Amino acid sequence: MLRRLIDARMGLFLSVLFVVTVAVPIGNLWIAGQPVPSYVVALLGKYMTYALLAVALDLVWGYCGILSLGHGAFFALGGYAMGMHLMRQIGTRGVYGDPVLPDFMVFLNWEKLPWFWLGFDSFWFSMAMVMIVPGALAFVFGWFAFRSRVTGVYLSIITQAMTYALMLAFFRNEMGFGGNNGLTDFKDLLGFDLQSDATRAGLFVAAALALAAGLMVARFITTSKLGKVLVAVRDAESRTRFLGYRVEAFKLFVFVVSAMMAGVAGAIYTPLVGIINPGEFSPANSIEIVIWVALGGRGTLVGAAIGAILVALSRTLLTSWFPELWLFALGAMFIIVTLVLPHGVLGAVELGLAKFRRDPKLVEENP
Amino acid sequence: MTSQLYLSGVSKSFDGFKAINNLSLVIDKGELRAVIGPNGAGKTTMMDIITGKTKPDAGEVFWNEKVDLTRMDEADTARLGVGRKFQKPTVIETLSVADNIELALKADRGVFSNLFARRTPVQSAEIDRLLELVRLTDARARPAADLSHGQKQWLEIGMLLAQDPELLLVDEPAAGMTDAETMRTAELLRDIAGERSVIVVEHDMHFVQALKCMVTVLHQGHVLAEGSLDHVSANPQVVEVYLGR
Repeated sequence: MLRRLIDARMGLFLSVLFVVTVAVPIGNLWIAGQPVPSYVVALLGKYMTYALLAVALDLVWGYCGILSLGHGAFFALGGYAMGMHLMRQIGTRGVYGDPVLPDFMVFLNWEKLPWFWLGFDSFWFSMAMVMIVPGALAFVFGWFAFRSRVTGVYLSIITQAMTYALMLAFFRNEMGFGGNNGLTDFKDLLGFDLQSDATRAGLFVAAALALAAGLMVARFITTSKLGKVLVAVRDAESRTRFLGYRVEAFKLFVFVVSAMMAGVAGAIYTPLVGIINPGEFSPANSIEIVIWVALGGRGTLVGAAIGAILVALSRTLLTSWFPELWLFALGAMFIIVTLVLPHGVLGAVELGLAKFRRDPKLVEENP
Repeated sequence: MTSQLYLSGVSKSFDGFKAINNLSLVIDKGELRAVIGPNGAGKTTMMDIITGKTKPDAGEVFWNEKVDLTRMDEADTARLGVGRKFQKPTVIETLSVADNIELALKADRGVFSNLFARRTPVQSAEIDRLLELVRLTDARARPAADLSHGQKQWLEIGMLLAQDPELLLVDEPAAGMTDAETMRTAELLRDIAGERSVIVVEHDMHFVQALKCMVTVLHQGHVLAEGSLDHVSANPQVVEVYLGR
C-alpha cells in the first residue's frame, strides 16, 4: 500500500516537507537568537495551506477535468467555520465583553446568537463543520451541475458565479458573519494563545501534516481503479458512460472530497493569519489557484503543491521589493508556463533530469 | 425465437428535422445485422435511441421483449448489456492498453467499490485473453494514444467484448482499416454473432458482403428495404437512393 502511494517524486517531496516541518519549529523556538523569525513560521504555514488547496484543485482538475474556478469558496467556508469557533472562544475578552455574542453582533444590536452559530463553541463540532459545510455545498452544487451534464467552460463559469455570489452574501452584515470586516481579533484555540510562538509553530506543523495527509488521500484516490475512471471521464466522458459508469456520481465524489480538503486548508489558514473576511471568496483568488496548479504541473499532485508554494513565495518577495509589479509578474508566469512548460515546473524539471540521465523513454515522450 | 431488440414506430425529430421517422426493427437473439444507408439516414440517431442517449418522441423500444429502453440512460443500457463502438475510435488515450480493457471489464460500477477495487486473478486472466484476441499483447503497457488508428479500433472492440454485452452496436468498424484488417474484423464479428447479437452500421459494401448477413437499408429515418445484400441491391428504390449515387 505504501509503495502504491509514495512514488519517487512523492517520496522526495514528503522528505523535504518533513525536514522543513521539523527544522522550522526548532529554529523558531529552541535555538538562541531565533534564526527562524516568527513571521516566517506563519508565512510558511500559510504556504502549506495554499499547497493543500492546490492539491485539492488538482484532484478535480488534473485528474477529472473539472476546471473549478470556485475552489476559493470552499477554502473560505472552511476558514469561516474555524473563524466562528475562534470568535466563540473570545468570550468576555471582546471589546463589549458579552459572554455569548461576538463584538459585531453586539454592535449591530442583535439580541441573541443566530441559529447557525449554535454549536460552534465546541471544537469538534466546528472541525466537523470545516469539512461538512464545503462538502455539502459541493454536493448540492455538483448534484445539479453534473446531473445536467454541464461541462467545460460553462461549468467553470458557474463555479465562478458561485464564489462571487457567496462573496456578495458574506459582505452583508445581515448574513451574520461580520460583514466586510469578517471575523478577527481571535484570542486562543483550545486554550493556546494564538499570539504565542509555540501556538504558531503548532499551527505550522498542523498545516504541514494536513498537506501530507491531503497528498496521501489524493494519491489513494488517483492510484485506485476509481482514479482510472476519473481519467477516463477527463479524456473520454461519453465513452465512460457507454462503459456503464455513472459519470456524474464519480464527478460528485471527487468534487466533494476536494471541497472538504479545501475546507481543511482554509480552517488552518484562518488562525495563522488571524482574520477571515469575504475577500477570500473573491473570484480572482479562485483563478489564482488554477495558476498555481498549471504552473506546478497539472495532474501530478506534488506539482500543484510546489506551484502554490512557488507563487506564494514570489508574491511575498515581489510585493516587498516591487509592490506595483506583482500582478504583471503573476500574469507573465502564467503565460510563460503555458507557452514553454506545458507540464509545469515539475514536468520540466523531471524532463531535464531524464535528459541528463539519458532516459530514452521520457525524452521520446516529450520531444 | 425471442427478440433481443424490438423497435416499433419510433420517431425523433430535431428542430423539425425528422431524423427517425416511424422506424421499426427487430433483432433476434444472436443475430448479426448490417444497417446501411446514406448520410443523414438516421443510423447514428437510431443507435443513440437504443443506448438511451436520445429519448424518442414516439414509439417503443424494448429489450428482451420486456425492458423499456426509452426510460434509461447510457450507463443503464451499458449495464443491461448494450455495448457500443463509435465510428471514430474512442479509447482512453492516457491510460495504458491493459487499463482500458480493465475499465471495460464487467464488474461493479459503483463509486466506492471502484475506490477499493483490486484486480483479481480472474480479471487479469481475462485481460490477457482479450489482449491476445485483439493482438495487442505486446502493447499492453503503452498508453492507448500510441496505438495506430487500426489498433485503436481493435482496442475498442476488445473493450466491447470485455463488457460482455448481449448486443453490440458497431459503427463503421472498418473505417481507416487496411483490406486485410477489414476482412479480419468481418470474421471476428461473424464469430461474435450467435453468442451475442450484433448490429453493424457500415458504408463499405465489401465489408457488408463479407459479413454475409441480413441487411437493413435506412433512408430518411425509416426502413426502405430488408433482406440479403443481393436482395436489397436488386431493389430499384435502394439503387436510387443509395447504391446509385
